[in-house]
Amino acid sequence: MRKYLLDLIVSSNERLNNNYILMKLTSQETLPEMRPGQFVEIKVEGAPSTYLRRPISIHFVDKKANELWLLIQIVGDGTKKLAELKSGDTLNVMLPLGNGFGLPEGGQKELLLVGGGVGIAPLLQLGAELKAAGYSPKFLLGARSAKDLLQLDEFGKYGELFMTTEDGSMGEKGFVTNHSVLKNVKFDKIFTCGPTPMMKAVAAYASAENIDCEVSLENTMACGLGACLCCVTDTKEGHKCVCTDGPVFNIKDLKWQN
Amino acid sequence: MAELITNIGGLRMKNPVMTASGTYGYGEEFADFIDISKIGGIIVKGTTIAHREGNPYPRMAETPSGMLNAVGLQNKGVDYFIDNIYPRIKDIDTNMIVNVSGSTIDDYVATAEKINALDKIPAIELNISCPNVKQGGMAFGTDCKSAQSVVEAVRKVYGKTLIVKLSPNVTNIAEIALAVEAGGADSVSLINTLMGMAINAEKRKPVLSTVTGGLSGACVKPIALRMVWQVAKAVKVPVIGLGGISSATDAIEFLLAGATAVEIGTANFIDPTITIKVAEGINEYLDRHGFKSVSEIVGALEC
Repeated sequence: MRKYLLDLIVSSNERLNNNYILMKLTSQETLPEMRPGQFVEIKVEGAPSTYLRRPISIHFVDKKANELWLLIQIVGDGTKKLAELKSGDTLNVMLPLGNGFGLPEGGQKELLLVGGGVGIAPLLQLGAELKAAGYSPKFLLGARSAKDLLQLDEFGKYGELFMTTEDGSMGEKGFVTNHSVLKNVKFDKIFTCGPTPMMKAVAAYASAENIDCEVSLENTMACGLGACLCCVTDTKEGHKCVCTDGPVFNIKDLKWQN
Repeated sequence: MAELITNIGGLRMKNPVMTASGTYGYGEEFADFIDISKIGGIIVKGTTIAHREGNPYPRMAETPSGMLNAVGLQNKGVDYFIDNIYPRIKDIDTNMIVNVSGSTIDDYVATAEKINALDKIPAIELNISCPNVKQGGMAFGTDCKSAQSVVEAVRKVYGKTLIVKLSPNVTNIAEIALAVEAGGADSVSLINTLMGMAINAEKRKPVLSTVTGGLSGACVKPIALRMVWQVAKAVKVPVIGLGGISSATDAIEFLLAGATAVEIGTANFIDPTITIKVAEGINEYLDRHGFKSVSEIVGALEC
């Protein structure tokens, strides 16, 4: 897929809670095609400790409104600066990057999308595309507490929602891998994105149950283009770039690191 | 429009702007953003005699105005390059230059000899300065005798333009440059990355898997500029300056300090179109100051 370097306009930048923003970007031109699971690299201006671009997952593409949605967790100076942007500001964005999720194949019907923390971001677009393709995906979203479960109305548009919280304030108490939906439904494919321990637990479950499983990795990266070789993950075929060979990998190709 | 044509030890370039090895892949990675044939020279990823997996993740740490890397020369080896990559890149209409690295003199010689046979590779950059491999690399670049020996050995088998990339991790870089020149180098490029380190205080652990790594980016520019100035005064061969160049003004500063050409490295990660902007900016500067050719500002620093 062709990559672009675009100056996009912030159409809205909403603070969802203390730690998250939902930023919507638009352009006078039609936004390029983007696949679920791909990401963008954003140039942050005016944050002294932020030198490199910030890789951010594509949360949703609203084709009608010509808007790209980004769900951003405020972690450091770069994302703090992004949280300060207002409607009308411009942002230099390189997109679309990475491979994206693979669509189900060979009669895979029962699809589970498992997200934790900011890792829920790419699952919205994936869910929307799966629904449009005639599937009925299920979402299993985990968080510390109810206030950290974000965008539930949006996810609800595309599939059934299952939730876990560590404090039991919403959904089932515990971790995603303990949720009863895993016992009640025989899934054909699992897509997951979230903290590494969560993804490893999901991958271990999928392997044990012989379920096809794709994970979206978040290694720290510089170029986003496969040039610097900084973001590699160890695979059965050696080191591969998360930015170009990923971020989505099938667990059967990975050698998980500790 | 001033004249930007630049000559590095017999290598003719459209302009003095090159890309630094390890920051530009094989050029193709950037072709969606710019016409890469407009760059004076593209120095591709460091190539070794055998396949190297490189160092374990994490290999990168962002630092104030820069970054540390510890990639460790991951590449599929020179034979893979010749069979699979060279056919794809050989017809790009610019100087495609291979960065050659090794652990022993024999490795350097064998790799250089194989690259010498490729018609469309007009030059190599000998990397005697990689801080991220345990054996070789920087060991050759931090000692005058070893530096001269490896260059002499490669010179015997390599007939085209031989650029030698120097390490800044030395006390007197001009001495190393003189040794390399005596060994038969057509040009020296400097600086490679500076050895540095990052620590995660919360975890009480180093950020990089290798503990130390190579520092690059805007933060190293003053050091690079000083070293280019010192080396350009010492040697007769043309100097290629690099280290933190992020704008046309940065590049012009290196030319004024005595560099005949420049390489752009880490800045490619932030702006994939930076090379073209720098070439255009140099041209604009020359016009504005009434210079007819870029060669007029090489070493034109008044001090």
